Amino acid sequence: MTLRNYLRRETTRRQALVKGYVVPDSSRCVQCGICSYNCPIGIDVRRHAWVGSPVKDNHCLTCGECVDRCPRGVLQFERTNIFDEKKFKLEDKK
Amino acid sequence: MKPRYLIIGMGAAGVSAAEAIRDASAEAEITLIGDERVGFYSRPGLAYYLTQEIPEKHLFPFGKEDFQRLRLQILHARVVDIAPQEHYVTLHDGRKLAYDRLLIATGASAAQPSLPNTKKLQGIVKLDNYADAQDIRKLSRRARAAVVIGGGITALEIVEGLQENGVKTHYFLRGERYWGNVLDEAESRIIENRLKEEGVDIHYHTEAEEILEKRGKVVGVRTKAGQQIKCSIVAYAIGIRPRIKLAESIGLQIERGILVNEFMQSSIPDIFAAGDVAQVFDPYSGQYVIDSLWGPARLQGRAAGLAMIGEGVPYHKGVPFNVTRLAGLTTTIIGQVGSGADKDLVGIARGDSETWRQLPDAIACQQSFDINHLRLQIGNQRILGSIVMGDQTLSQPLRHLIARKANITSIKDSLLMPQAPIADLIAAFWAEWRKDHEI
Ligand SMILES: Cc1cc2nc3c(=O)[nH]c(=O)nc-3n(C[C@H](O)[C@H](O)[C@H](O)COP(=O)(O)OP(=O)(O)OC[C@H]3O[C@@H](n4cnc5c(N)ncnc54)[C@H](O)[C@@H]3O)c2cc1C
Ligand code: SF4
Ligand code: SF4
Repeated sequence: MTLRNYLRRETTRRQALVKGYVVPDSSRCVQCGICSYNCPIGIDVRRHAWVGSPVKDNHCLTCGECVDRCPRGVLQFERTNIFDEKKFKLEDKK
Repeated sequence: MKPRYLIIGMGAAGVSAAEAIRDASAEAEITLIGDERVGFYSRPGLAYYLTQEIPEKHLFPFGKEDFQRLRLQILHARVVDIAPQEHYVTLHDGRKLAYDRLLIATGASAAQPSLPNTKKLQGIVKLDNYADAQDIRKLSRRARAAVVIGGGITALEIVEGLQENGVKTHYFLRGERYWGNVLDEAESRIIENRLKEEGVDIHYHTEAEEILEKRGKVVGVRTKAGQQIKCSIVAYAIGIRPRIKLAESIGLQIERGILVNEFMQSSIPDIFAAGDVAQVFDPYSGQYVIDSLWGPARLQGRAAGLAMIGEGVPYHKGVPFNVTRLAGLTTTIIGQVGSGADKDLVGIARGDSETWRQLPDAIACQQSFDINHLRLQIGNQRILGSIVMGDQTLSQPLRHLIARKANITSIKDSLLMPQAPIADLIAAFWAEWRKDHEI
């Protein structure tokens, strides 16, 4: 990888980590449980992957353990856009 | 009377069908019958139970509450007979259960090698189910060496599991490289080299002739070339066979699996089939095929459940798609990639880590791989297939481009240039294409 590419990649990655949340691609998931087992705060990521819902849990540390350890590349961080962020906050207050 | 739904097999297909029926109907009476003591678990997860990446109790995606919420009647039993006219099944203990609609989701089991002794001896193992994984773990506590036979993913998973448990593993390949009908030579070598680094001993052009025994236990293998290898475990994974015995006994239409229509319906209208036991129509090849994958088993189970309750939407098999992990590298195989000559193929483009980069929109995938590799099978106007190893950033875009037959004429020549930055080209093409196609 060229240095330029590397830096660009690191910036996007950091942004995605800070502002993002974990999004599963269910069609890749085999329910092995490695993600849930390795989540330091016990979020059942596997269940999110079963139903296909993003991990919109306020407690998620965006530590990336689940993303990095999944053997099927099911999980990735996606940056929330501002509209979504507002929406999530409303949902959380309910 | 409430309609009674009976499901044989508590795997991905069976459980998904039950879920779909419950989603659609609060009243339905749903019975799920499974012959494995432990109930529903992640069959692919067994590979990681072997490598000790997950403890046993994490193999189970559903807890008690999940099943309670679905209000299923769950029976640990084996169905031994179906009476299709009278609408009941018979269990191993003689009990009879009536049904209105029946789903056969009995999965598949490992094919037996044609070696003598393979059933009787202690130390001969396969990796089909939970009990097999337990066996392998137990045997590997004492074993020094093992021989693994078979050329695909499961064989490799056993190799990695044994090696991880400290068992010196001899891996027999019939041909000159690993998984030659899917991977190209460079890809096979990537995998083989990583295995060798882990200490696996790969034996090319090698087939077992005889399993050597002493007092009912495996003590070695003699190869066709006459070499003897000492070992106390012989593991095989040479393919799978759908469990079609029940279906056969009642005369359902069968080829290799139970033939079903797009509503997962067999040749008897109130009997359905889904998952590894079902053979579905594949619009790409025009043939009936068996998917034997977790994702399709789930989708087929769901489709069957909805069809059984009368809310069916046709199941259409998608473009071939398989995700796995080979010697530590997440690998996605999409579309046509095999060595069998594809008449539309005009060229193959390959790329490695140097040409990798982040997609323009902010997503962050797994990316700690030491090797990243991309192969594109390029046809006249479209990408026919692809293999993505390591960094998976491009695998979702490629799946869309391949499934939707995106016209890539504008970048085709660039992709086929020597040393082309193919990952960059695809990423840029995708960024534009998705805007026009609302993805
Ligand atoms: C080691 C291993 C690794 C795998 N890795 C992957 C992977 O990475 N990705 C992937 O997509 N797929 C993978 N698979 C394949 C995947 O697990 C299967 O495709 C999927 O489990 C099929 O689901 P199913 O519900 O059709 O059948 P199964 O999961 O096989 O379930 C069928 C169940 O029915 C039971 N049964 C059979 N007959 C009867 C009867 N007469 N009465 C009662 N019960 C009965 C069986 O014991 C079994 O429990 C792997 C498989 C194995 C073995
Ligand atoms: S680790 Fe990956 S494949 Fe395994 S359950 Fe979690 S998301 Fe699914
Ligand atoms: S990013 Fe970390 S905290 Fe958040 S779900 Fe994954 S493992 Fe758990």
